[in-house]
Amino acid sequence: MSNGAQAAQGRIPETSTAGDPMIQMIGVHKWFGQFHVLRNIDLTVHRGERIVICGPSGSGKSTLIRCVNRLEEHQKGRIIVDGIELTNDLKHIEQVRREVGMVFQHFNLFPHLTVLENLTLAPIWVRKMPKRDAEQAAMLYLDRVKIPEQALKYPGQLSGGQQQRVAIARSLCMNPKVMLFDEPTSALDPEMIKEVLDVMIELAETGMTMIVVTHEMGFARTVADRVIFMDGGEIIEQNAPDAFFNNPKSDRTKLFLSQILHH
Amino acid sequence: MPDVTEQQEYPPGQHPSLPPPSSYIGPVAWLRTNLFSSPLNVLLTLVSLWLIWVIVPPLLDWAIFSATFVDGESREVCVKDGACWTMIIARFWQFMYGFYPVGERWRVDLGLILFFGAVIALLIDRTPGKKFIAIFLFGVYPFISYWLFVGGFLGLPLVETRLWGGLFLTLVLGSTGIIFSLPLGILLALGRRSELPVIRMMSTAFIEFTRAVPLITVLFMSSVMLPLFLPEGVTFDKLLRAMIGIALFGAAYMAEVVRGGLQAVPRGQYEGAMAVGLGYWQMTGLIVMPQALRIVIPGIVNTFIGLFKDTTLVIVIGLFELLNIVQAAFRDANWAGLAQEGYAFAAFVFFLFCFSMSRYSLYLERKLNTGHRR
Repeated sequence: MSNGAQAAQGRIPETSTAGDPMIQMIGVHKWFGQFHVLRNIDLTVHRGERIVICGPSGSGKSTLIRCVNRLEEHQKGRIIVDGIELTNDLKHIEQVRREVGMVFQHFNLFPHLTVLENLTLAPIWVRKMPKRDAEQAAMLYLDRVKIPEQALKYPGQLSGGQQQRVAIARSLCMNPKVMLFDEPTSALDPEMIKEVLDVMIELAETGMTMIVVTHEMGFARTVADRVIFMDGGEIIEQNAPDAFFNNPKSDRTKLFLSQILHH
Repeated sequence: MPDVTEQQEYPPGQHPSLPPPSSYIGPVAWLRTNLFSSPLNVLLTLVSLWLIWVIVPPLLDWAIFSATFVDGESREVCVKDGACWTMIIARFWQFMYGFYPVGERWRVDLGLILFFGAVIALLIDRTPGKKFIAIFLFGVYPFISYWLFVGGFLGLPLVETRLWGGLFLTLVLGSTGIIFSLPLGILLALGRRSELPVIRMMSTAFIEFTRAVPLITVLFMSSVMLPLFLPEGVTFDKLLRAMIGIALFGAAYMAEVVRGGLQAVPRGQYEGAMAVGLGYWQMTGLIVMPQALRIVIPGIVNTFIGLFKDTTLVIVIGLFELLNIVQAAFRDANWAGLAQEGYAFAAFVFFLFCFSMSRYSLYLERKLNTGHRR
């Protein structure tokens, strides 16, 4: 069986949240110059677990997930992804990035390549997959995000929602073990948010390990195993979604929830 | 004026697409919007028409209608009022090949045909097997052209580079400058943005030093100073030195153009490339550089055109490219006083090449536009 077909089948769903740890952050600190942006972050994400991170802007939630694939460097503490510790070792960094998919607020698709080329680039160059297998797999993923008919267009010719779905498919083509979402719906027009969330919900149902930074609290309620609230660079509170929304413990969480839920 | 009386009511949601009013399309509307839209525009149009009237007819009269087109040995055949193209006709082949021996000129023709054939094939979209043409052009052609142009082995007699001249020499200098300056410039631009301090400082120093010096100085130094530093007996072909000087000089300018393009590529593109696991060279070659170069096509072609024209400066080291060999011709007693015709001819040839580059770059910009809005 070819690599491509294997990739397209997706992984076997794992429901247990008590699976082995996929991501471990131990006492992580990060500074931007003098600004202490992450303060003593301890976080373990288990295989198959779905985590939503919320918090006011500037609370460090994006920075936190960007540390997981080393788009940002941490200055203190340890980050271990799938057994590989992130250090200055470039080999380890590239190893981790191969296993961690990321979806950005502004899609970051490659505008000079067609949708299909966007999807096959990394499998061909990083995974050394034959072009035909990569294209086959890419078409299956485009099917899964429901835009196979756009394969030969350029990103600039698609709507925001379509672009974000292409971005999700692009990450999936690398057959990642973890998917990071950095405010995936914040840059979208309101009528396009649902199509992207639907794709993310379907992805969650396949058992993908996911960390999602978002303000879509409906998504958090239905999909998340755990909701984390960050403020001022710290994890203030974390809980299962029901308990988190119905019975927040800290005052800051209550204030934040009242601000985003009653507007 | 749109016809208000025919305004028709449609139920909401039923309004059909209507053709635009006639005042908005057609040649009259084009004239009105483009040439006579305001009093200032009317004035500018009239002034332009007057300038065309003043300049073009006398110019055509001088260059064509009252001009002499007969072949001859000296300016004595120039009897008409207009231009006397006799010098150009009589010296034409010298302007093309310089002092390259007449019997060997087929080598130049063949070499240039191979070169332009390959380049044009590469520039046209639908050519099959571009990869092989590129391998030929960059891997094989340099050796073939050396064998053809210089010779001295494999059955071709040696033609020393001091005999080279005219348009041939201009093309050799211009194309080597153009072909080497782009990749060197790209490397220098990457070097200047490198995170490794040694590479960054060396690139910056090279770029700043080279840009701060006139090309004439670089050429002088390459021909006068360089031999002083080389050990006795080691000689470098004068032409080769000029070629290296021009290529390095062009590379410094190109580096800054490319750097501008690199800065215009959004940070998200780097992050997107890193997040899917691409390494530095893959990210640079597949994602960043294609976008950066597309953005700066006008600047790159600008540098190419500048470089092509700067080849005329090799006069200071005694090389006779097109402009210099034309100047030499009208300084000949037989042709004295035909400077206008000589310069007009040289200008026309330079214009042909530079204008072609410019048009191709416009085509390229349109072709590479993928509808991405920044």
